[in-house]
Amino acid sequence: MVVFNAGRSPFDRFLDLSRLSELQGIEEDATHVSFGALTTFRDMEDCPAVHRHLPNLVKSARATGALAIQNRGTLGGNIANASPAADTPPSLLAYGAELELVSSRGRRRVAYEGFHRGYKQMDLAPDELVARILVPKPQGLGFHFFRKVGTRQAQAISKVCLAAYARIEAGVVAEFRVGLGSVAPVPARARHAEAIIQGAALRALPVEAACTELLKDISPIDDIRSTAQYRARVAQNVLRQMLGELAAV
Amino acid sequence: MAEKILLRLTVNGEPRAVEVFPMARLVDVLREDLKLTGTKEGCGEGECGACTIRMDGRIVNSCLIPAIQAQGSVLLTVEGLATGEEPHALQSAFHHHNGAQCGFCTPGMLIAAEDLLRRCPNPDEAQIREGLSGNLCRCTGYVKIVDAVKAVAEGRPA
Amino acid sequence: MIGNSAIRKEGRAKVLGRSRYTDDKTFRCVLHGATVRSDVPHGILKAIRFGEGIPWKEFTIVTAQDIPGENIVAAIVPDQPFLVPVGGEIHHAEEPVLLLAHPDKYLLEKARRAISLDVEELPATLDVASSDRVFKEINILHGDVDSIWAQAAHVVEADYRTEAQEHLYIEPNGMLAIVAHGDHQDQVTVCGSLQCPYYVHKALVHLFNLPGDKVRIIQMDTGGAFGGKEDYPSLIAGHAALLAWKAGKPVKLIYDREEDMAATTKRHPSRTHVKAAFDANGLLLGLDVDFTLDAGAYATLSSVVLSRGAIHAGGVYRCPNTRIHARAMATNTPPSGAFRGFGAPQSLFALERHMDVCAAKLGLDPAELRRRNFLKLGDTTATGQLLKEDVDLAGLMDRTLADIGYTEKRKLFAAANETDTPIKRGVGFSVFMHGCGFTGSGESYLASVAGVEGLADGRVAVLAASTEIGQGKDTVFSQIAAQALKIPMDMVEVAQPDTKVVPDSGPTVASRSTMVVGHLVEDAAYAFKQALIQQGFLTEPYAPEVFREAVKRSHARLGSMKCYAQYHNPPHIVWDDKTYQGDAYPTFSWACYAAEVAVDTVTYEVKVEDFVANQEVGRVINPVLAAGQIEGGVAQGIGWALWENVEWKHGRMANNQMTNYIIPTSMDLPRIRVGFLENPHPAGPSGAKGLGELPMDGPAPATLNALQNALGPLRLDEVPMTPERLMDRMEVARG
Repeated sequence: MVVFNAGRSPFDRFLDLSRLSELQGIEEDATHVSFGALTTFRDMEDCPAVHRHLPNLVKSARATGALAIQNRGTLGGNIANASPAADTPPSLLAYGAELELVSSRGRRRVAYEGFHRGYKQMDLAPDELVARILVPKPQGLGFHFFRKVGTRQAQAISKVCLAAYARIEAGVVAEFRVGLGSVAPVPARARHAEAIIQGAALRALPVEAACTELLKDISPIDDIRSTAQYRARVAQNVLRQMLGELAAV
Repeated sequence: MAEKILLRLTVNGEPRAVEVFPMARLVDVLREDLKLTGTKEGCGEGECGACTIRMDGRIVNSCLIPAIQAQGSVLLTVEGLATGEEPHALQSAFHHHNGAQCGFCTPGMLIAAEDLLRRCPNPDEAQIREGLSGNLCRCTGYVKIVDAVKAVAEGRPA
Repeated sequence: MIGNSAIRKEGRAKVLGRSRYTDDKTFRCVLHGATVRSDVPHGILKAIRFGEGIPWKEFTIVTAQDIPGENIVAAIVPDQPFLVPVGGEIHHAEEPVLLLAHPDKYLLEKARRAISLDVEELPATLDVASSDRVFKEINILHGDVDSIWAQAAHVVEADYRTEAQEHLYIEPNGMLAIVAHGDHQDQVTVCGSLQCPYYVHKALVHLFNLPGDKVRIIQMDTGGAFGGKEDYPSLIAGHAALLAWKAGKPVKLIYDREEDMAATTKRHPSRTHVKAAFDANGLLLGLDVDFTLDAGAYATLSSVVLSRGAIHAGGVYRCPNTRIHARAMATNTPPSGAFRGFGAPQSLFALERHMDVCAAKLGLDPAELRRRNFLKLGDTTATGQLLKEDVDLAGLMDRTLADIGYTEKRKLFAAANETDTPIKRGVGFSVFMHGCGFTGSGESYLASVAGVEGLADGRVAVLAASTEIGQGKDTVFSQIAAQALKIPMDMVEVAQPDTKVVPDSGPTVASRSTMVVGHLVEDAAYAFKQALIQQGFLTEPYAPEVFREAVKRSHARLGSMKCYAQYHNPPHIVWDDKTYQGDAYPTFSWACYAAEVAVDTVTYEVKVEDFVANQEVGRVINPVLAAGQIEGGVAQGIGWALWENVEWKHGRMANNQMTNYIIPTSMDLPRIRVGFLENPHPAGPSGAKGLGELPMDGPAPATLNALQNALGPLRLDEVPMTPERLMDRMEVARG
């Protein structure tokens, strides 16, 4: 709408999806919480199942814009707008989310990781819609962490965003995923850093090694909001903070 | 350019119908077609909150809403807060506590404050500040605005 | 009446959504205007090209060729054109070249984008350090500073810089113009969002080459200004009027946020070198300040911004040997302009940061170093101004430090910061002053006039061109007039600033409305009362109802009676523009601000957790409105200190959106604690001094001084000290 109003939009034909009931609603079954693409940030904040199973998504939603934006902005829109600075993608990556895409040719289910192919490039055909977002419910002893670094406390666009999920078994990190925002052309997984932590004992987490490895996972840039140097250093610092909290579980 | 559509709305309790382009911004429909100029535009990108209105029970930035998505909706703008000449308690409190300086953020701020008090009738200062964080003010430093909202929550608007 | 927190006069309309801002007023036949701007910072305009696919015949198009009068904005230095002509020189990348009007806003925007300019680019000066064009140079000399360095026990020098700041009033700039074509002369009327009706009036008189009575400027309700609607509105009003004049229809020219941020003025960026000498006891012996402002492409108000900055560069300290060298330099960026504080926040930032740097070098607490050097009654400032008022800066500082808990917190935080907590806390403060009213001979030149008029219904109206821009002028003028006339406030109306109705009471700037114009309102009110008495309509003492009847009778008998008062410089105030010596201001307001900060060393984010703002502003006319002014100014000052960063890209603002230029939200600020010490001063009505700009001066140095306390020695030499810059400084310090 902003782009359209400013006269910068190359498009002049629009399709209003806002009343499609097929794209709405949060559903919970034994293994997943699934979201219609039109689920608003506010809907996620108000949903007890999301609070219980996916607290990072609640934090992501609350960190997006301010309330008037959260009342309108949708999870599907946040994904398909394909901004590397969006606040829900890091949480979706950390939770290992999947997407259900639909077109007149049918439905397909893809891992969210890999959906963003490059800056504003998606694994989405021109006639395809993001229909639902399916997030597996974490099982067992879980550790959830979300931190957004914007310049102000509200109405901020993130400069660094980090979401993490770890499953702990017998004092060992059995499962570990980190999602990052604003530090690469797309929302990114921290595969290298994860590999260092995966399988490590909580009492002896190789924190500094993971922070060093993190630099292989990101490719931050200088832009009008921040600098590459700041983004890299703060991503490392937040990872270190997160691992400190994980070690204390 | 698309054909105009007949947009039916309930605005401040009154049914209204206007012919507008489907992608006209709701803020323009309110200000230009319905002559409700109390709602302001400060940025056109959902950042400043001056255009905040309530739509179907939730506050929204009216600069970000295409008319077609408001079809059939129930809207509240600053003009609908007062009852006749009797200001809403928040309006009295903003007036008495100097919560409005230049006044340009005030209409949106009042709608956000009204929404906050409906969701959370007894907010503490942090909750007030969070509830108003989508509405930028450049005059007040927010102190008198927070005081005004607090006064209403405590039942002493003036 | 005076000293009571009377409720804001226009507040009811504002909370009901009934105020009329410029864009709220419209006509059925109105055209919308747009401005085509150069997009290179320096060059020669060779040609203007109109693209395909636009029904150009439907558009009203104005270029420099159409201008009936002078194509120059009447200002201190007449150097800025309304529109750059073909063949003319483009001095910055937002320079207006052509104007368009059309009834359809959407088509208008398409058309604006369809125009292209042929420009022969010239090398651009984008960095003030590489500029060699001086708009204004000032030297203030007091004693012999060069004789002092050798004998000083300590000499401390450092560089400081401040960056541009955007006003970000929530209502963007806008004007609505109507031109009636007459047989002999046209009548030009412009309604708009503005601070200074008579500045705009003067600009349009020259633009259209019309007599003054054929140009009428009306201020609409104005959604914030802060200096940002002081000089630039003259251009916008001129543009709207040119379009209306050519189209023969009303034209509305409302800037959207992006255009407003990119094209209109900002706070002058500054570079300051400070060198200070102290004796072994920490007494200031010498101060040498080199102060440079980036004026941008045209002179605008830079000479007077520089003047205020230079005069404030010595701060609140007694110093026998001072040299202040100040220059405003030209660059190929959009012109810098007035912004609350007007040069003083820049030079005071440098000095008040430097005092903390010096205190660390001298091994003294920052409070102790300041205490030893404060100006007192009978001292003279750098311009040789003798302080005739009993200013108690030590008292102001002690109260502020007690309010914030300075001593205990410094101890507490020092211990806590030693632990491995990622959050480091600190407390810091600044002590400063702000000169009230125009600098030097400014008020004498202005010779402002304000009036009081009797109305048919027995009330009175205050007549002044001073504008209500959120600060509470309407309320304060009502209080002053009501007090002088011994009537309730609701018997006083304040006339809408309209050059056809109100006299020129000068611009609404420089913390002068209450002190200078308020005093004129008071004098005019007394004169009005005397006139009623002399003509037999009224005898003292009287009740308000008797007064009302007297005004009614005088109106019925004599018609509307108006009494005016004009500013005359008091004979004891002497200023020499050539030597920059004398009484720079009739008086100063004084303040001490303290900030408590928390730095998150994970993200380098700074949160101001407590803020105390104590000041002495003479008599406070309306404590609630005054506190509102202080709180808002502190918020802008904290924003400037920490977040508000203009990103320049090839001479243009690149982050010209509210999303990317970060002003504080309600969650980013603490409850600002405001205190007033009252010390009535004869320069103002009932002893009031100025306060509008004062709160902009102190927050930045106080906040960065608190940061230094939290983090230890760091090169905290710049505002805004964004998280990115703070990280750089911390990494350098770490090695």
